[in-house]
Amino acid sequence: MFKVLKKIISVGSVTEDIPEDETFAELGKQVKTKLKKSFSGSIAIRAVDSGSCNGCELEIHALNNAFYDAERYGIHFVASPRHADILLVTGPVSKHMEEALRRVYQATPEPKWVIAMGECAINGGIFGENYATVGSVEKVIPVDLVIPGCPPTPTKLLQGILTLLNQHNKK
Amino acid sequence: MNKTLIANPWLNEVVEQLDRLAVEFTHSHQQFHTFNIANNDWSRCAEALNSIETRFSGLWADQQDNAMLVTALFVFEKHYFVATTRLTQPPFELLSLSSVYPAANRMERHMKDLLGVKPLDSPDIRRWTRHQAWKNNEFPLTKEFPVKRESQRITEGDSKYHFFQTQGSGVSEIPVGPIHAGIIEPGHYRFQIMGETVLNLEQRLGYTHKGIEKLAVGKSPDQLLKLAARISGDSAVTHAWAAAMAIEQASSIIIPNRASYLRAVLSERERIANHIGDIGGICNDVGFAFANSQCARLRELWQRTNLSLFGHRLLMDTLCIGGVTVDINEEQLAILYEELSAIDKDFSKLIDIIQDYPSLDDRLATTGYLPESTAKALGCLGYVGRASGQDTEVRRDAPYPPYDKYQVQQVLRNEGDVLCRLQIRVDEIRASFKLLSALLHGLAQGEIKTSTVNIKPASENIGIVSGWRGETLAFIRLDEFGNIARYFPRDASWLNWQALEALIDNNIVADFPVCNKSVNGSYSGVDL
Repeated sequence: MFKVLKKIISVGSVTEDIPEDETFAELGKQVKTKLKKSFSGSIAIRAVDSGSCNGCELEIHALNNAFYDAERYGIHFVASPRHADILLVTGPVSKHMEEALRRVYQATPEPKWVIAMGECAINGGIFGENYATVGSVEKVIPVDLVIPGCPPTPTKLLQGILTLLNQHNKK
Repeated sequence: MNKTLIANPWLNEVVEQLDRLAVEFTHSHQQFHTFNIANNDWSRCAEALNSIETRFSGLWADQQDNAMLVTALFVFEKHYFVATTRLTQPPFELLSLSSVYPAANRMERHMKDLLGVKPLDSPDIRRWTRHQAWKNNEFPLTKEFPVKRESQRITEGDSKYHFFQTQGSGVSEIPVGPIHAGIIEPGHYRFQIMGETVLNLEQRLGYTHKGIEKLAVGKSPDQLLKLAARISGDSAVTHAWAAAMAIEQASSIIIPNRASYLRAVLSERERIANHIGDIGGICNDVGFAFANSQCARLRELWQRTNLSLFGHRLLMDTLCIGGVTVDINEEQLAILYEELSAIDKDFSKLIDIIQDYPSLDDRLATTGYLPESTAKALGCLGYVGRASGQDTEVRRDAPYPPYDKYQVQQVLRNEGDVLCRLQIRVDEIRASFKLLSALLHGLAQGEIKTSTVNIKPASENIGIVSGWRGETLAFIRLDEFGNIARYFPRDASWLNWQALEALIDNNIVADFPVCNKSVNGSYSGVDL
């Protein structure tokens, strides 16, 4: 137990303001305020892999590590679409996931938004449109925001989520 | 048969066994020793090989003209060799290998779904990769089938698959997925339970099938590497290296010394990142959040270096045919050294804490036990195999440059539980730290890509590399223009997923996440 405490104290807090963009920390603050005002302080995301290579998922995981710590802005990843405000969809939508994606959208309560994350979700990426893939999330469910990248870095991902929040009010 | 074969004792033994069961074959030797087996003797060949404990490694089919060439890769006493059989006319049917090698089952079903080669007398011939995106008389990998179809038909969900059933008083069933808990790839799990205890688990994959094998056809070798890096995002270097190796060996391309070292550096970095992440994940699944935060911290730092030095956090697109696309200067080399020594220390302290936690042992020891005999029957690879007495390691047993200059030390255990698989990963990380340090020392000056890339048309070969999940294959055949005619990547998960179904028996449902994480198979890597 002492070892754990010692380690926690010696490492300290590594959570940092988002690098690369000076205005970003400011934006984060604004959105936190916005979340407080329009979203009761928090927003819930369900990540949906519709056939990705798992690269995007690794970066979504990274978004929750101590460096990025999306929770501090009130962004939570939830286990069920029924608890979600946002669906974060990755992958070119394999045909085998088409129906599941449609159903997960139906299961998400209104108001809801969809983010297409990564090149595949936006335009099929390297897989494109073929006998086994639909080729973009937009062809299956309405998309509110896209976040390009292969995969998008956690920074890009967070920026995207914050941009979306800034565009909308939950009514 | 050809009696003049044999100067090698191991080969001699293989031939003896084939003769003993009167298997009709011819032998040739290209990159691998190859046995051409008569159609009717295909499963008997497997029996003969299994009798001397030959390990099954992979199986695929290739449509050549109007024939189907079915190929299996085997390993006997650390020597790889190939068995093939040619089906000259439809119906393409072949006696199944799965009753001898259960590991072959999913690959046979995949082969049937994509190419129409039907396994006969198989214990399980249900469809595997095919759901509802194409019909049972259509075979996407055949030449007649178009890459893209014009039909705008919405693909329905796959509700007609016949799962195994368990009946009896008190037995109930939990269907989970394809979209299941957390941030994870899609797959379906069907639990039959009695109270909390799992009686049977059946897995259904194929949800992320993206037509990778079909898309590969017609691509140039360098384009293929981009695709290979995206078979499983956590194994970008592994699959790209396997594909590059197959093409380079088929075309007799020798990559520069520096390039091979850099590939190994990238590959070891991938291994370390994934193992560290998974150790955190395993601890997290039994509620030890501290370890997860710390491991995620180390992984993040590691990935940031990947980005700043190699241009990509997951190291995608760092390989090309003939070498690598990234180089490091002296200053960057110093950064790598410094980082390595820092992470080594940090990791050791962390592991001291993790291993000193009795409540963690309590949750992980005896959980998800995979007996040695099951691991052997399923041909488990990497850490899953090595925690249950299956000692496979390509870097040591069939070393390719630069690993041929180093002794890769791997620990073998047989406790077979989650704790053991975690410990094996710790051992692998430590071995990789040492190896990485040696690789950085050994990094010679020179080119990072060979100046002479002459792709040999109409050639074929199998690339075999060690990924972080274990032995990884890539079969590649080039057409007469030097483009890809057939690509089959065999991720280690093909052989490890079936272990998950076995090791969950008699555990409680609530321990499924930690058992799953301890295996961590790739969904995308097998759905293709």
